[in-house]
Amino acid sequence: MSAATAYGANDRSGAAGWIAALSSTVLPVLTIVLAIVAIWYAASVMMNRAWTLDEAERRGVQLTVMEIVSDAMNQERPVLPTPHQVFDELWSTTVGEPVMRERRGEMQGNPRNLVFHAYHTLWPTILGFGIGSFLGILLAIGITHSRAMDMSVMPWAIASQTIPILAIAPIIVVVVSNLPALNNAVSQGWISEDTKLLVPKALISAYLSFFPVVVGMVAGLRSPQATDLDLMRTYSASRGQTFWKLRLPASVPFLFTSLKVSIAAALVGTIVAELPTGARFGLGARLLTGSYYGQTIQIWSALFMAAICAAALVILLGALEKIVLKRMGARS
Amino acid sequence: MAEAARAIEMNTAPQSPVIAAKNLDLVFQTADGPVQALRDVSLTIDKGDFVSFIGPSGCGKTTFLRVIAALEQPTGGTITVNGMTPEEARLKRAYGYVFQAAGLYPWRTIEKNVALPLEIMGFDRAEQEKRVRNVLRLVDLEGFGKKFPWQLSGGMQQRASIARALAFDADILLMDEPFGALDEIVRDHLNEQLLKLWARTEKTIGFVTHSIPEAVYLSTKIVVMSPRPGRITDVIESDLPRERPLDIRDTPEFLAIAHRVREGLRAGHAYDD
Repeated sequence: MSAATAYGANDRSGAAGWIAALSSTVLPVLTIVLAIVAIWYAASVMMNRAWTLDEAERRGVQLTVMEIVSDAMNQERPVLPTPHQVFDELWSTTVGEPVMRERRGEMQGNPRNLVFHAYHTLWPTILGFGIGSFLGILLAIGITHSRAMDMSVMPWAIASQTIPILAIAPIIVVVVSNLPALNNAVSQGWISEDTKLLVPKALISAYLSFFPVVVGMVAGLRSPQATDLDLMRTYSASRGQTFWKLRLPASVPFLFTSLKVSIAAALVGTIVAELPTGARFGLGARLLTGSYYGQTIQIWSALFMAAICAAALVILLGALEKIVLKRMGARS
Repeated sequence: MAEAARAIEMNTAPQSPVIAAKNLDLVFQTADGPVQALRDVSLTIDKGDFVSFIGPSGCGKTTFLRVIAALEQPTGGTITVNGMTPEEARLKRAYGYVFQAAGLYPWRTIEKNVALPLEIMGFDRAEQEKRVRNVLRLVDLEGFGKKFPWQLSGGMQQRASIARALAFDADILLMDEPFGALDEIVRDHLNEQLLKLWARTEKTIGFVTHSIPEAVYLSTKIVVMSPRPGRITDVIESDLPRERPLDIRDTPEFLAIAHRVREGLRAGHAYDD
């Protein structure tokens, strides 16, 4: 019975292991990234070339192939911006310029700063994600414990997701921004006008993010097998005890999977909510002004910022998942 | 003779049966029409008995065990457990149940798994720790309390699940093919340990199995069942001594009982179709 010692870590240390890890993971990943960048550049040149040629013809100059390529990669308003243009814009609008913030009642800093806009998108996202997943968990508990709720709530939850969010977002914005309680709070000076704008954004974000949690949690709460439930019956366990000691812990892996889907949906929800609100701040607002003025580089850098935010949130959740599941005995 | 000797050995007088089933019927309503899982099953199990239920699939042996545990409701006849209905007996913690799969909750350590029934039944923390320590020692799993189930072998997991069933000290242990998924060598070992445990704890055990040697080796009473409809075809009282080394399985007495079990299974037309 010395099995206790048999479960050592698989040690693959030393330089050999390090090189093996490098060639088995880093190289393939790098190759794919490089391939994407190459295809992107090629696509940029192909799509931006027409404008370069038009312009050359108008001026009556003959361009060499190298000149065409170089111009197509560095236009001010390209059809498809190149990677280095997007990266330059991302750099100069995050690290390169001071973050906009309010100081003594005045906005200081650069209004183009993406950190500032990301901040304005992230808060409603996290708030909406919180509301949405909390609601989703509650609904899932109701659905798994009441047949009536199972039959009445689930169809509505599914129906809610078939409505295009772009259609329902303006309605939510109008209704929420006219709520007397909210307007009262603003006029009393309890919350600022900007905070008020955060409410409809968070609600739309919650509207998109509750659904994956409902579906995942229902599956998770129903995941215990018949014998797991029989075991509880042989102890004469109450429904509450069965929930806390069996159904809930069994659902945790399902919960994390759906939370990751849900937080990405929450971010999309917030960005979509920023479009019809005429929001001045937020990544959605940057997307909108970019498209008004044909600033494709601005659009792309805002998109990349959104992707970076989503990735950061998902990675954060993934780390939390790892910690929680490890404490729940998952194999590492 | 043997009966009386055993009663003296156990220092208890023969008393009212622990489990008494009379003319038990159970019909499942399925999509393909009614299925008679049990027909006219009558059986008494006395305190300290080790009773095996043997028979082919569909003979109702598991169903009968589940009826004792109030996991199924009979459609006819009567059954009492410790003189009560199975539901009342369950609320009085009359039995521990061991399933075919160990069924340990993977997010709980071994000691937390064993403590699960104790938590549900409201034992205080100190009592929980004491009992967990005791039953883990009983099934030879000392020092493995902090491990998670996946870190243990199949046989060790099944022992942990037996410990879990023993933790709240029920008089009756119901075991539904607990070693069915384990290999022969591990199975022999666990059978030996189970007999020792039975001798030490003096529990009444109901044991479902597919294996004739296992049934004969373990039991004081072997119930042979046959399917369609599920019924009892023979009840064999074993006269083997309580102390049973593994090589008792080569003795003529053992083989005689095994032969009678096989005959009983054949008489039930168990393998005809």
